[in-house]
Amino acid sequence: MNLTAINGEVPIAAYLILGAILFSIGIGAFLIKRNIISIFMSIELMLNAVNLTFVAFAHHWHAVSGQIFVFFVMVVAAAEAAVGLAIIIAIFRTRKTLNVDQINLMQN
Amino acid sequence: MQLALFIIFAALAIAGALNLLLQKHPINSALSLVVVMLSLAVLYWSLGAEFLAAAQVIVYSGAIMVLFVFVIMLLNAGEEEHTTGSRAAYFAGIPGALAVFCLLSFVFLREGKALGSVGLSTAPVGAMSNIAEISQVLFTKLLLPFEVTSILILVAILGAVVLARKEEQQ
Repeated sequence: MNLTAINGEVPIAAYLILGAILFSIGIGAFLIKRNIISIFMSIELMLNAVNLTFVAFAHHWHAVSGQIFVFFVMVVAAAEAAVGLAIIIAIFRTRKTLNVDQINLMQN
Repeated sequence: MQLALFIIFAALAIAGALNLLLQKHPINSALSLVVVMLSLAVLYWSLGAEFLAAAQVIVYSGAIMVLFVFVIMLLNAGEEEHTTGSRAAYFAGIPGALAVFCLLSFVFLREGKALGSVGLSTAPVGAMSNIAEISQVLFTKLLLPFEVTSILILVAILGAVVLARKEEQQ
């Protein structure tokens, strides 16, 4: 195990594994949740996990480009959230449900 | 100090994420996602990214989550019911997520020695302030992508308005 901390410092690998844990929980929530809003929130959780990995690597290489990438990811996530929630509202208007199992217009 | 900070906020983030997974009501999931984002902001700060910590609080837990909570309240979303389709997702979802986690943590642990560690004392060399450094790159080298994002956000606002507008009855 390389995760032993020396004199109060945290290994970068611990940050990366935290990112992996959050990403995996996001995948699980994405597949298990049936409410379309909860599914959308688990996508945001996965984006956050990837952002943490970016920042950890940016710290490791003393490079500022990783942090700028996270900034752009945040901007795109904000735009995505606005459009996605508008789509959810439009779906709810026509189908009167938020359950993804009942939104199956393309199936038949 | 750094270790205690990491342990507290990593535990908080994992607990919030698990709560997001386990809660049935979307508003509870949204509030636990706020906990995850705020503790990630503290972790960004401990990694020397003060600007991103502030942006995380303002953009994610401020703007995006408020949007989520508004939509949950607007649509009056209740508890989700389980259907036959979600049973297959249980059997595929949990092992799949575990497999991804095992793969990622295997790689990170194997390369862990090469990656080094973070302490509050080990500030990055070239002690220019982080925000000054970011803005230097953002407004010189990456000025065009930065301006393009403003167009992206404008298009997103227009798209959201068009999609969410009530259709006129004819």
